[in-house]
Amino acid sequence: MDRMPKWADVLLVPAISLVLAFAISSVVILLIGENPWAAMKLMVTGALGSTYGWGYTLYYATNFMFTGLAVSVAFHAGLFNIGGEGQATLGGLGVALVCLFLPWPHWSLALAAAVLAAAMFGALWAAVPAWLQAKRGSHIVITTIMFNFIAAALLNYVLVNLLRPVGSMDPASARFAPEMRLPRLGEIVNGLGLPFAKGTPANVTFLIAVAACFAVWLLIWRTRLGYQIRAFGKSEKAAVYAGISPVRITMYAMLISGGLAGLMATNQVMGEAQRLLLNSVEGAGFIGIAVALMGRSHPFGVFLAAILFGFLYQGGAELALWTKIPRELITVIQALVILFTGALDNMVRRPVESLFLIARKGAR
Amino acid sequence: MDFATLIQILDSTVRLATPLLFACLAGLFSERAGVFDIGLEGKMLIAAFASGAVAAVTGSVWLGLCAGMLGSLMLAAVHGLASITFRGNQLISGVAINFLASGITVLLAQSWFGQGGRTPPLAGAARFQPVNLPFAGQVADVPVIGPVYAELISGHTILVYVAAACVPLTWWLLFRTRFGLRLRAVGENPAAVDTAGVSVIGIRFAAVAICGLLCGLAGAYLATGLAAGFGKEMTAGRGFIALAALIFAKWRPWHALGACLLFGLLEAVGNRYQNIDLGFAVLPVQFMQALPYILTVVILAGFVGKAIPPRAGGEPYVKER
Repeated sequence: MDRMPKWADVLLVPAISLVLAFAISSVVILLIGENPWAAMKLMVTGALGSTYGWGYTLYYATNFMFTGLAVSVAFHAGLFNIGGEGQATLGGLGVALVCLFLPWPHWSLALAAAVLAAAMFGALWAAVPAWLQAKRGSHIVITTIMFNFIAAALLNYVLVNLLRPVGSMDPASARFAPEMRLPRLGEIVNGLGLPFAKGTPANVTFLIAVAACFAVWLLIWRTRLGYQIRAFGKSEKAAVYAGISPVRITMYAMLISGGLAGLMATNQVMGEAQRLLLNSVEGAGFIGIAVALMGRSHPFGVFLAAILFGFLYQGGAELALWTKIPRELITVIQALVILFTGALDNMVRRPVESLFLIARKGAR
Repeated sequence: MDFATLIQILDSTVRLATPLLFACLAGLFSERAGVFDIGLEGKMLIAAFASGAVAAVTGSVWLGLCAGMLGSLMLAAVHGLASITFRGNQLISGVAINFLASGITVLLAQSWFGQGGRTPPLAGAARFQPVNLPFAGQVADVPVIGPVYAELISGHTILVYVAAACVPLTWWLLFRTRFGLRLRAVGENPAAVDTAGVSVIGIRFAAVAICGLLCGLAGAYLATGLAAGFGKEMTAGRGFIALAALIFAKWRPWHALGACLLFGLLEAVGNRYQNIDLGFAVLPVQFMQALPYILTVVILAGFVGKAIPPRAGGEPYVKER
């Protein structure tokens, strides 16, 4: 049955997909009259060449770790959660409510409450599509897409009519109190006596994201619920026969998934903007899909893929700043990664498999 | 609300429903053949860009239309390759197509025209002009019937009438021809069609191609009919509304027309009135924007009739050995 070794499945196939995605992106860069090699070098130095670049890369990576984990957990249960965007939007609302209306003496307490609120609001927004899928059989992909749009409209209403400070035209909430400012990664590292650029938005939430990766790994591979989620995702019929309740697993998997997506808002709303903006999610919910596919739904893979996408994001911003290449190049690369690692997986996998088959025959 | 306002709202309903109808019928063909397509949005977007760009450069709206359909067809080919040939996940392929279109349109628009991701404004022969039906001018002054004929029915661009004609055409093609029978069968029970000696892959590719062409019409209408040129993200979720309309219509052509007109009406009302005062409560404009999505969730949940998709939808066909 095993046609190729595990390392090929986990590393080689995604790597080939990535190379293909970059090759096509290079053609696009050539088409618009720029030099792909120079662009690539600019991206690398801009994102990874300085601690300043790293600060932004890790900030974006934090967002993508949360949303990537969210998509992964749902994937393990055989569910495709496209609703990360809406769940993170609602997560942001939770963070803003906690930070605006409750007096917190210290950022750490506020952060704990914000994390809780973000996860709860995100989970709540995922709960409805989950319940509809489990109980009424409505397709989770379609309902989560619809819920993204409903969340956008809801946030728009709340910001314009309820949270907007009097006299402000901007659809955004008031600023949070200064005590609620999270320590930046630069400050923490400097505190340890090491040099790191200040003024980048990477903050303590990064550590929460890393902890979340570990927690998801524990959950999926070391707990009974995780086992049930994986069993359900592999074969629904077999799982039901084994006494696993589909309703329960669908609900749990989606609640966890929504909660993780909601957590992303802690990083953006509390860690960076210090207020709730209209479009604070900025597509991170969707990038989570690419991150989960690239990382093969494994938390460590998600961690690496999130940093890769953080690099792409920051590198893309540098490109847009210094060349005529718009930052939408990142959207194209992201699309190609999703296409090759997700939809065209067999196109890459089959030749690799047959190569291994030939190699094995040759060895005998 | 007076009569003239009503006519105006209905007039913009027709305009706004047209791209939805094209995209909805596009989804109908694809999904009836068993290929889920959440990439309608992306195909519309690339068609809007291609038609806007080519119309701007050549000054011919017809060349623009062809380019739009070609662009959409290319993405349809990618979707077909991924979901039919390589048996990939159709939903993931659709998501990828939406992103690809969203990125590449701005990228190319910016590097070709340098106007912040837009194409230059179109005018004259580079846009679809309103078509005046016979006697529209003469009967305009007749009460009631006059405005209805002259403003509501006459005076739209040719693509509006093409969209309207596509509804009976789709019905006839799907329910009265051999091709339609096979297409529907492929979406319900591909193994049976295969046994009968008909190529499942061929029919599915044909359906996906029709879907691409119709999405091309939808996008071209957006850029050269409804608006005067392509703008960044100009589809603005219309592909998803069309998907919602498709579910609302339960995958049937005439019902698709009804659903698209309803969603067009909601959009027209939402555009015209900021908040709607019902006397006992005020509906905010954001609620009107979200209403199509909310209605779709309600329909999907089966609270108002059950929407059952084609049975083999979303499943790649694997020939038995």
